[in-house]
Amino acid sequence: MYRYDEFDRTFVTQRVEQFREQVARRVSGELSEDEFKPLRLTNGLYLQLHAYMLRVAIPYGTLSSRQLRRLAFIARRYDRGYGHFTTRQNIQFNWPTLGEVPDILEELAEVEMHAIQTSGNCIRNTTADATAGVAADEIADSRIYCELIRQWSTLHPEFSFLPRKFKVAVTGSGRDRAVTAAHDIGLRLKRDADGRVGFEVLVGGGQGRTPILAVTIREFLPERHLLSYLEAVLRVYNQLGRRDNIYKARIKILVRETGTAEFARLVEEEWAHIRDGELALPEQEIARIRAYFAPPPYEALADACPELDAQRAGNRAFDAWVRSNVEAHKRPGYAVATVSLKPHGGIPGDASADQMEAVADLADAFGFSEIRVTYKQNLLLPDLRQRDLFAVWRGLKEAGLATANSHRLSDIIACPGLDYCNLANARSIPIAQMISTRFADLEREQEIGNVTVNISGCINACAHHHVANIGILGVDKKGKEFYQVTLGGAADETAAIGDIVGPAFDEDAIVGAVETVVDVYLAERRDAAEPFIDTYRRIGIKPFKEKLYAAR
Amino acid sequence: MRGSFVMPNTAITANRLLDGFVIYLTPDGGWSESLADAAIAATEAELDALQAVAERDARAGRVIGPYAFDVQPGADGPVPLGQRETLRTLGPSVRTDLGYQAARR
Repeated sequence: MYRYDEFDRTFVTQRVEQFREQVARRVSGELSEDEFKPLRLTNGLYLQLHAYMLRVAIPYGTLSSRQLRRLAFIARRYDRGYGHFTTRQNIQFNWPTLGEVPDILEELAEVEMHAIQTSGNCIRNTTADATAGVAADEIADSRIYCELIRQWSTLHPEFSFLPRKFKVAVTGSGRDRAVTAAHDIGLRLKRDADGRVGFEVLVGGGQGRTPILAVTIREFLPERHLLSYLEAVLRVYNQLGRRDNIYKARIKILVRETGTAEFARLVEEEWAHIRDGELALPEQEIARIRAYFAPPPYEALADACPELDAQRAGNRAFDAWVRSNVEAHKRPGYAVATVSLKPHGGIPGDASADQMEAVADLADAFGFSEIRVTYKQNLLLPDLRQRDLFAVWRGLKEAGLATANSHRLSDIIACPGLDYCNLANARSIPIAQMISTRFADLEREQEIGNVTVNISGCINACAHHHVANIGILGVDKKGKEFYQVTLGGAADETAAIGDIVGPAFDEDAIVGAVETVVDVYLAERRDAAEPFIDTYRRIGIKPFKEKLYAAR
Repeated sequence: MRGSFVMPNTAITANRLLDGFVIYLTPDGGWSESLADAAIAATEAELDALQAVAERDARAGRVIGPYAFDVQPGADGPVPLGQRETLRTLGPSVRTDLGYQAARR
C-alpha cells in the first residue's frame, strides 16, 4: 500500500529545520517575498491585515490534553495569550513574528503536531465528525478513515499542485456531523445489505461565491476501496479541473459542467485501473489503524444516574447546560459534553491560554485526556462519566466556558472577518457579539430552540453562511459595511443553500433583522417542537421578507 | 498632464517583514507604525516618487506588499478612507486591548 510509514518526529523535525533556513534566507534578503510566500504557506504561515497568522492543523479535530497544553503554551509564549479555533477544526495564532515561527513549529513537532496541509492547492486536513468513536448512532469510528486519508494525502506527489485546494469530510453515520455536502468530497459511513462497512461518496460540494451541494456518485463504496476510489476522483479532477480561472477551479464547477453521471463514469473508468492495486486496503491494515483508536478503558456503568438527576433538579443553570450541551454517548453511563467557545458577547472560537489549560485539566481529571475540536468552533469532551458532569460543569464555569448554548442561536459560527483577515470585506465578529448579546437570555434561547446562525466577512464563506438556517454575509458598499441575510440553509443530512432574503442591512440594522426573523418564526411555528428550519421549509421566505422590509 | 489635476491625498502602506505589522512610508524614506508620520502625496508625481521608494524597499526585502490608499485630513493628522484601512491603522476592533496600535493611542 502506498503510504508514508508514520508521520514521525524525524520527518516533521527535518521540515522545521528546512523552514528555519528558509526564514533566515528571507530575512537576509536572499529570498524575495514572491519566492518565500509559497514556502511559508506550505508551513501554514499567512500574512493577514495586522500581522502574520499561523494556522496549525488538528487532524480530525482530535487533541490530547498534552497537545492542548502545548497550544496554550504557544499562545502565551509566542502569541498574545489566545488562539482561534476555526470551522476547519484548526487553530490559528494571530500574532506570531516571522523569526519565531520555526520555534513554534518545533514546539508543535514535539507533540506530534504541525502546520502541513493548512494552505495551498493540496488535499487539506480532513474534516471529521467531532463525536467519532462515541456517537451512539455511528456505523464505525470515522477517525480510522480520516487517518488513512491523512497518510495517503499528506505530501501526495501527484496531488500537491491541484487546480485548487481540496477538502474531504467524513461523517460516522447517515446523520451528517461534518457538513459533507459542502465539501469537495463527502463520505458518509453506511452498511450495505450484507452488513459490510463502506461509504456513500459525494463529490462537488462547496461554498464560496458559487455555493453548490455535493452530489452522490456512488451509493456504496466498500471500505477496502476507499483510497483507490479517492485517488480516482482526484486524478479525474487534477486532469480536467480548470487552471485558467481561480473562480472556476474547484471540483464543484467541474462536476456541474461535466454532469454527475458523466463525472461518475470518468471516475469509475479510472478506478477500474487501480482498484485492486497497491491502494487497496487489506483488512489487517484497517485493523492496524483501528487499533490507534481503541476505546479508552470505560467502566461498566448503568445508564441511569440518580446522582446526575439530583444535581440537575437542584441547579437550574446546570440543568440548562446539560440540556443544551450534553449529548448521548454510545456507552451506558457516559456522556459527550460541548465546551462552548461562544460566551454571550464574546468572540466565537477564541480561547485564552488559561482556558485551554483548564479544558486540558478537566480532560485529564474526567475524560481520558482527550479533547475534540468541532467545526462549529467549540471544543468537546467526548468521554465523561455522567456522574462527573456536575464537576466538569463547575470547572468549565470557573474558566468561563460553561455557556449553555450549544446548537442555540448564540452558538454562532463567525470567521475572523475584517478585524483580522486580508480577504474580508466586512467585520463578522462584532456582528456575532451583538447578536449573542441580544439573545443572551438563556430561557429565551431555550424557547427559540435549535437554530444555526453563521456570519462570513466575505463571499469566500469560511463561516459557512450559505448552509446556515440564518446566514449573514458581510459586503462592502463604498467603504461601508453591509450585511446580506440568507434563510433556510442547512448543514446536516438535509443540506440546503439558503435563499437571499433581499437588500442588505447596515451594521445598525442587522441585529434587529435577525430578531425580526426570529419573531416571525416564533409566531408562525406550529409548536415549540417545530425547529426554525422546519417552519421555514413549511412557510417559505415570504412571511420573513414581508416583515423584514415592511417599513421600507 | 501629470501632477496637475486634483487627486485624493494618498499615503503608502505595507507590512513589515519581521512581524508583519502595518507600517507607513515617511517623508524621509523610512517607515513608521503611525499613520501620523506618513508622507502624503497630493499629486500623481508625488505619489510616483513615494511608490518608487516603497518598491525599492520591497525589492530589498524590508517591507511586504506596499500599496497606496486614500486619506483625508483629520484633527490629529491623516485619516484613512474606508473601513479596511481604518482597521489596519487601529488593530482589530474586537481586541482593542491587544492591537499593537492600541498601545499608541
